[in-house]
Amino acid sequence: MIRFENVTKSYPRSNRPALDDVSLEIERGQFVFVVGPSGSGKSTLLRLVIREEPTTSGSVLVAGHDLGNLPPRKVPRLRRQIGTVFQDFRLLPNKTVAQNVAFALQVLGKPNRAIRMLVPETLELVGLEGKGRRMPHELSGGEQQRVAIARAVVNKPPILLADEPTGNLDPATSLDIVKLLASINTQHGTTVIMATHDNVIVDELQRRVIELDNGLVVRDEEQGSYVPRPTEVSTDPAPSPDEDDLWANPDPDWTEDVVRGDD
Amino acid sequence: MRLRYLFGDVWVGLRRNMSMAISVILVTMISLFLLGLGLLAQRQADVMKGYWYDRVQVSIFLCSNKSTQGNCLGHAVTEDQKANIRSQLGDLRPLVKEVFYESPQEAYDRFREQFKDTPLAGNIKVGDIPQSYRVQLSDPAKYEVVASTFENAPGVSMVQDQKKVLDKLFAILNKFTQYAVGLAVIMVICAVLLMATTIRQAAFSRRREIGIMRLVGASNMAIRLPFILETVIAALVGAGLALGLLTIGVRALVGDSGSQLAQALNQATIGLSDVWRLAPILGGTAAALAIVTATITLWRYLRV
Repeated sequence: MIRFENVTKSYPRSNRPALDDVSLEIERGQFVFVVGPSGSGKSTLLRLVIREEPTTSGSVLVAGHDLGNLPPRKVPRLRRQIGTVFQDFRLLPNKTVAQNVAFALQVLGKPNRAIRMLVPETLELVGLEGKGRRMPHELSGGEQQRVAIARAVVNKPPILLADEPTGNLDPATSLDIVKLLASINTQHGTTVIMATHDNVIVDELQRRVIELDNGLVVRDEEQGSYVPRPTEVSTDPAPSPDEDDLWANPDPDWTEDVVRGDD
Repeated sequence: MRLRYLFGDVWVGLRRNMSMAISVILVTMISLFLLGLGLLAQRQADVMKGYWYDRVQVSIFLCSNKSTQGNCLGHAVTEDQKANIRSQLGDLRPLVKEVFYESPQEAYDRFREQFKDTPLAGNIKVGDIPQSYRVQLSDPAKYEVVASTFENAPGVSMVQDQKKVLDKLFAILNKFTQYAVGLAVIMVICAVLLMATTIRQAAFSRRREIGIMRLVGASNMAIRLPFILETVIAALVGAGLALGLLTIGVRALVGDSGSQLAQALNQATIGLSDVWRLAPILGGTAAALAIVTATITLWRYLRV
């Protein structure tokens, strides 16, 4: 469904690529966590899927279409196949919950009849039945994220991208949101790719985990956890400590030097 | 995108950005008013040309015993010379359409009639204005043909073209047109820059909506159309107001056939129908400016 072939993405004023020769494949209907520290390339990976950015080299294929060869006029059609959810919800504050969800259909020119049917159905799917007339500021963070999810899936896209959707939520609500995404994945066969650094939910759901670090895929495992299991810990020699990192474990030799003093 | 939704969006956009919309309306109104003024001045010149060129005459003044110009040398024109002039005028047909002879008495009477309410009328005697041939040309622009034939001819004191007097007036009207159109061009540039700024501001104030529209896969046209329509509507309202101002101006100056200006110009003036004839030009200019400006601005600022 989604394939990255040796994808490198560099930004103009950065001295290292955001993604560095990344190759991976995500099958239709999979639920994938993309984990890694801030700046590891998670958001860039998602942005490439919706053709928000072009690749520097390599190819991104979505449903068999090479996005590098996709003419700009066809980009909107691609995006109609992909729902997107963000950490900051991105709701329209002057519209009600139902209007926020309907907005996604109205701008696509869907007939009113379809909108009147799809919006309540989707609000029910995300557990917001009866709250269609509320304004976003009257909802909790979790509920606002549910509205954002409803807006992303109301057009029934085969792919759902979630960029740290639980970043602004407490742990219990986060788990609820991820369970909602998982149920959408299971019930509708929607391919879900979720970028996160929330270890609890990754460990709880036990789905495929792709770990990025400095733009490189350092781990890709089915039913993975947030950190590699002990048996999978790399046997490579430990990296040399960063001299600028004050919180790094002190070099034993260095402490010895201090204790003994320089001759 | 549904029409009802589209126009709802346009209305919300205009309401939210009302002060900028009003400024676009006013600047467009002034630019198109000036453009309209220039075009109307040109139309007025054409109307006057149409009216006066049919009536302007070339006057061939004949020598009297007081004349010192030309070949007169104080000798009055002879009957032979007059016959010769008449025959030469006959040879110039069809350029010469009609020839009227004006005797010194007729010239005196016409002068007194023209200047009856002025002190000039009392200071003139029969014979002060020389006898003349009034020649009407089929093409008033070919005055030089007549002038070259009769200037310095025996018995002719001077050849005078009324068109030259009118041309001075037309030159003033032309200058006015150039001035008004020049100002209009500057104002149109202001209008275009203001439209571009307004669109950018509107796009900025709706960046969240635009971001969501792009994400859910709204087409470029669906994203841009509300902005284009808002600008077109504001520009068309400006064009409508400009037409209103021109109508008021024309009605006040010449619309009433009894007005001083209309009388002074012998009713050879533009009318309200000329203003309405400008409506498609001004409306089209406003819409074209708005569409082109909005499209270019949005193309630069709202890339997918």
